[in-house]
Amino acid sequence: MRIFDPHIHMTSRTTDDYERMAAAGVRAVVEPAFWLGQPRTSVDSFVDYFDSLIGWEPFRAGQFGVRHHATVALNPKEANDPRCRPVLDVLPRYLEKDGVVAVGEIGYDAMTPAEDAAFAGQLALAVAHDLPALVHTPHRDKARGVERTLAVVAESGIAPGRVLVDHLNEVTVRLVRDTGCWLGFSIYPETKMSPPRMVELLRTYGTERVLVNSAADWGRSDPLLTRATGEAMLAAGFDDDDVDRVLWRNPVEFYGQSGRLDLTDVDAPAPTFAGNSILRGGE
Amino acid sequence: MTPDRLRAALRGVPDPQWLDAALRRVATEPAAIPRFFAAAARRCGRGPLPDPPGWTVDEAARALLLAALPGGHAAAAEALYRHGDAAEKRAVLRALPLLPIGAECVPLLHDAIRTNDTRLVAAALGPYARHLEQPAWRQAVLKCVFTGVPLAVVDDLTDRADGELAQMLAAFAAERHAAGRTMPADATDLLDRLTTTTEA
Ligand SMILES: [Zn+2]
Repeated sequence: MRIFDPHIHMTSRTTDDYERMAAAGVRAVVEPAFWLGQPRTSVDSFVDYFDSLIGWEPFRAGQFGVRHHATVALNPKEANDPRCRPVLDVLPRYLEKDGVVAVGEIGYDAMTPAEDAAFAGQLALAVAHDLPALVHTPHRDKARGVERTLAVVAESGIAPGRVLVDHLNEVTVRLVRDTGCWLGFSIYPETKMSPPRMVELLRTYGTERVLVNSAADWGRSDPLLTRATGEAMLAAGFDDDDVDRVLWRNPVEFYGQSGRLDLTDVDAPAPTFAGNSILRGGE
Repeated sequence: MTPDRLRAALRGVPDPQWLDAALRRVATEPAAIPRFFAAAARRCGRGPLPDPPGWTVDEAARALLLAALPGGHAAAAEALYRHGDAAEKRAVLRALPLLPIGAECVPLLHDAIRTNDTRLVAAALGPYARHLEQPAWRQAVLKCVFTGVPLAVVDDLTDRADGELAQMLAAFAAERHAAGRTMPADATDLLDRLTTTTEA
């Protein structure tokens, strides 16, 4: 089983996690920029964080044979702090970097006017830099948050096929599935989504445009839940090709739209599949 | 190493027009270099060049972009390094000996040697390290041994290695020996050579 975790905050994880992930079949990850638990109070803190996402963290991942890419953005929660808002001015520099494969995580936390402005502004940045967008959906007031998210996405003019709407569940998936956006599901030990529930969703909605991630971070989370989901799929009667599509080819196709995904030496297909060079991401 | 040699080596890149246009553009409009510098690897490639050995396509393309600037090379190298991802930083370090800058960019070597990224440490020990003061240079060589970077990356190692470095290597070898661990073969060889020379 080859696994691409399209949403995981490795900065908050240990080298033990990298070892276990690699052993479980994780060969590639995308690390979205997000909040870190402790609020930041200056642009420089973000600059150091972004530099780590395109410098140290890919090097660390590489030591375990894991290919690391990132998405960069001002997250919705910290978009509410006037001291952090000038982060928007340094983003264009990062959105030109090889390892940056999308703008994200953007979207809503508490649906404030400041979040509206940051969200719309960063969707425009995604269009200007020819990058896809990774959209976080709020944990509270989720259904209304998703509706408002989709309205802002539609207004921005970005192609829906270049937008991944993440952290969906049984209720919110219905709002997103007909928009043409990609559907992201974060598998958590208790909240958000579990492997058995995920399998049910795949039965109902199919495997097209569906991404499964661990969203593992500094909270209670588990970087191996992508693997657990693949195993739950097999146990429920999905075949190897379905699993490969959800856990590898879908994320490669979505982030490949950046033209910057570099999977040289890590993308050898599982023996069941023919060559996948067209999924290399615009090369 | 010269820009002309790198230029010749890059004749076979997939999109030579892109590189030609980028080099012309930065020669007349230096402020345009950050975007070209960032995009060079995905436009030109990342593989190793057959010649010059030890260079990759992206390093060579980026070094050429820096060398193509009409002036202000030290400030540009500093900015591109500070704002660069790991591969851009490495390319700046590789480019330094090709630029008309004297010792101005030595602080970049200090920064690179401080990192835990062995690719940056290695790139800091090329020909430009002749501007690096001897204590910092010895520490950097020892860091290579410590982190498994082959000593072949160290420019001018044979002539520059001194008795002080020999003492540091001997102490390190003793620590490793006490722990039941071995030294990398190239470090043992260097220590042997230095000890023989000193005793001779
Ligand atoms: Zn996240």
